[in-house]
Amino acid sequence: MKKITTSLLGLLLSTSAAFAEGELFIYNWTDYTSPELIKKFEAETGISVTLDTYDSNETLLAKLQSGATGYDIVVPSHNFVEIFVSEGLLQPINASELEGAANLNADFTSPSWDKDNTYTIPWQWGTTSFTVNTDVYGGDINTYDVLFQPSEELQGKIGMFKSADEVISMGLISLGLPLCNENPEDMQKVLDLLKAQKPHVKTYNSDGILERLTSGDVAVHQNWNGYSIRARDENPAMKYAFPKEGVIAWADNIAVPKGAPNYDNAIKFIEFLLDPENIAIQSNFAGYSNGISGSDAHMSEKLKTAHELSPPEGTPLVFSQTCSPEAVELQNRVWTALLQ
Amino acid sequence: MTRLVETIRSHAALIPATAMIGLFMIVPILIILVYSFLAPGDYGGVKPEFSADAYQRLLFQRDLFDQLVFDPAYLKIAFRSVWVAIVSVVGCLVLGFPVAYYIACQPEERRNIFLLLITIPFWTNLLIRTYCWILVLRDTGLINGGLMKLGLIDAPLTLLYTEGAIALGLIYTYVPFMVLPIYAALERLDRRLIEAARDLYSNRWVALRHVVIPLAMPGIIAGSILVFIPALGAFIAPDLLGGGKNLMLGSLVQLQFSSARNWPFGSALAMVIMAMVLICLYAYARSSKKNGGGMVH
Amino acid sequence: MNQKHDIRWLPGFNWVTLSFFLFLYLPLIILVVFSFNASRSATVWSGFSLEWYVKAFANDDIQRATKNSLIIAVCATFNATIMATMAALSLSRNRAVKNKHLFGGVLILPLMVPEIVTAVATLTFFSAIGLSLGLGNIIIAHSVFCIPFAYLPIRARLDGMDENLEAAAQDLYSNKWDTLRLITLPILMPGIVSGAMLAFIISLDDFIITLMVAEAGSTTLPIYIYSLVRVGITPEVNAISTVLLGISVLIVTASYLVGKKK
Repeated sequence: MKKITTSLLGLLLSTSAAFAEGELFIYNWTDYTSPELIKKFEAETGISVTLDTYDSNETLLAKLQSGATGYDIVVPSHNFVEIFVSEGLLQPINASELEGAANLNADFTSPSWDKDNTYTIPWQWGTTSFTVNTDVYGGDINTYDVLFQPSEELQGKIGMFKSADEVISMGLISLGLPLCNENPEDMQKVLDLLKAQKPHVKTYNSDGILERLTSGDVAVHQNWNGYSIRARDENPAMKYAFPKEGVIAWADNIAVPKGAPNYDNAIKFIEFLLDPENIAIQSNFAGYSNGISGSDAHMSEKLKTAHELSPPEGTPLVFSQTCSPEAVELQNRVWTALLQ
Repeated sequence: MTRLVETIRSHAALIPATAMIGLFMIVPILIILVYSFLAPGDYGGVKPEFSADAYQRLLFQRDLFDQLVFDPAYLKIAFRSVWVAIVSVVGCLVLGFPVAYYIACQPEERRNIFLLLITIPFWTNLLIRTYCWILVLRDTGLINGGLMKLGLIDAPLTLLYTEGAIALGLIYTYVPFMVLPIYAALERLDRRLIEAARDLYSNRWVALRHVVIPLAMPGIIAGSILVFIPALGAFIAPDLLGGGKNLMLGSLVQLQFSSARNWPFGSALAMVIMAMVLICLYAYARSSKKNGGGMVH
Repeated sequence: MNQKHDIRWLPGFNWVTLSFFLFLYLPLIILVVFSFNASRSATVWSGFSLEWYVKAFANDDIQRATKNSLIIAVCATFNATIMATMAALSLSRNRAVKNKHLFGGVLILPLMVPEIVTAVATLTFFSAIGLSLGLGNIIIAHSVFCIPFAYLPIRARLDGMDENLEAAAQDLYSNKWDTLRLITLPILMPGIVSGAMLAFIISLDDFIITLMVAEAGSTTLPIYIYSLVRVGITPEVNAISTVLLGISVLIVTASYLVGKKK
């Protein structure tokens, strides 16, 4: 018995010695981290990676605010980075001093949400607009009128997101009003717009968008560009719209929370991601653009030619912002009034 | 001293459960109570300053122009959720009672198999099973497809994104919580009891009403509690099957802890919900004390 | 035993039961069928394919999540059922206990608080006392909210039981424990089994509380599935669910065979 125990122990120790470089705990959305990328990282560095998942920025925020620790890498969206920083939940990575920092795309070097890349580097970025089933609707799709003043064949077949922020932001842009609006009169206009649209909306839901589009339940649905590519895989008639009034853009970023147990390994992962070849693996997996120049050479043909990833010339890209508490309060009132 | 020891000894069996709940439930509830009287933090969380705003908000809102007006929105949401929960309880009862009775009448070896058969579907995740209902109910789904193929209808029936779909989804989610307690109460159904009842009453159904149902009553009450309260806070069926066009209590409270960033208001809502449920249960306990019998005593 | 002659038989109840099981299993059949779907969609059929099973078997994360879920559910069910049985016996039979209403209310307290609220408060509490037991944190949280689900069916059963049986047994056996072991518990068994089953399925499917309380490395299957929002549900979820279904069917068959032997 003793012999077996000691040999088992020896076996265990030797296998963990293979990962003697330590561990890394990544916290991200499900299926949003390329397994191939992780395997490559593990092979190159000997670090053992554990992936955990969350379903929204809000959950991540609530968890970190309530004191949860144990994660080395988190992936907040750009409009949340400011919040995480002001609540003291992130620690600096000073990406501008890391190896590979020169690879950062100009748009993502010192972006408006993170001066000097003190806390983040970009992970994936994309746009949010809507997907139209052109089998059902043949008109010009590059305008918000398709959503808010739907023609007859689209009435009753519209799908919107469940999140107050994304729906109201689209309303504001389509009316030409500023985002994160603190003006009650402006928000009243948005409420009226959304109330007028509500009878034509089939459902307010952010899950199962692909299902609804391909089954014909809806003919137009609010969507993210990478996800729209998947809809087009099922039905080539699915076109992603780039409304001329302005397209909402977002960027998910890699950051290191305070209290991360493996800070050095986290930095190693970040330097790994600054390499164009590596981040291209992630883009090919998730179907979204990334913020590292030079990665184009390694991206798949399908992504290079996807119309969803290249907005037409002259379309304004509007990065959503971190809203002040007053603006959030107005947003709440509009949302509750809409869905009461 | 011996009296204390004696009290502890007699309550010994109760201690693990109450200690567990006492520590891990009551302390969190106190935290929530405190939160409900604080001001919301700028980006979620709470600020350590006193404020009764959260409770005021339940009935009174500052409208978009900052005037304080009576706001029925939250009452509407609450009534809608209570109504849907009641419908779910009734639906589960109508469907679940015959099933529990049937299983209780089976020979012994078969009973446990039936029970296990009921729980097998629940090994799979609720979200994916609710998606399957979408497939069944939607305009191009199984029901409409089947009915149209048989030539019974010309245009698809709107089954999905309706209140009926929500009720169906909720009944589907919670029916084992009705069947299992009723079965547990009915399992003692003795043949001789029924024989005696049949002698007394002319009709099978009358015998059912006067003998079987009272026997099953503890199970019916237990089942109703186990369906009603979770159904109040449910959000999957309402969101996926109901279209999310009208908020329910579950979604409303969740919203406060996510994008609405108003933890105190969410806490206040939770306190109110808890208070109302406790009042109902207490009222029931008092009334059943008078009639001698019942669940919560 | 011909059912038509069984005095307990009521007309129509067998049809209701049949419809009930069809109702219960219809989504399951769909779920299994679509696990073989050739495209990404979980509800629009495009052809037969085993790719999702291949993916699921290569996917370490989903397997780890499933394992975590099962471990947590088994432990929480065990804890909750034992505690609930003891509490039910005490409240129902022990005359020395006063304030039964109060205790009864406490026992079903976890039911009454909206899940998100319990989730945030429990996380705050755990962080404040520095509790960090990995899966243990989740097991504690689950045991707590499984107690009412186990307690109520057991209590329902106890209330319907004939106390005279136990009084008679007391005369025969001098020992309280023997009465408990040889008379009360066997008769109570259907209630305990019902309670344990409810606790198990409630724990297996819990999302919100688990999401908040989970530490690094403790992702469970519901968390994994619900967090697919960014990329959408794929038949991989169907595949892993079908595998779980297979496991549960095996367990049912095994217990049936074991029961038959007796």
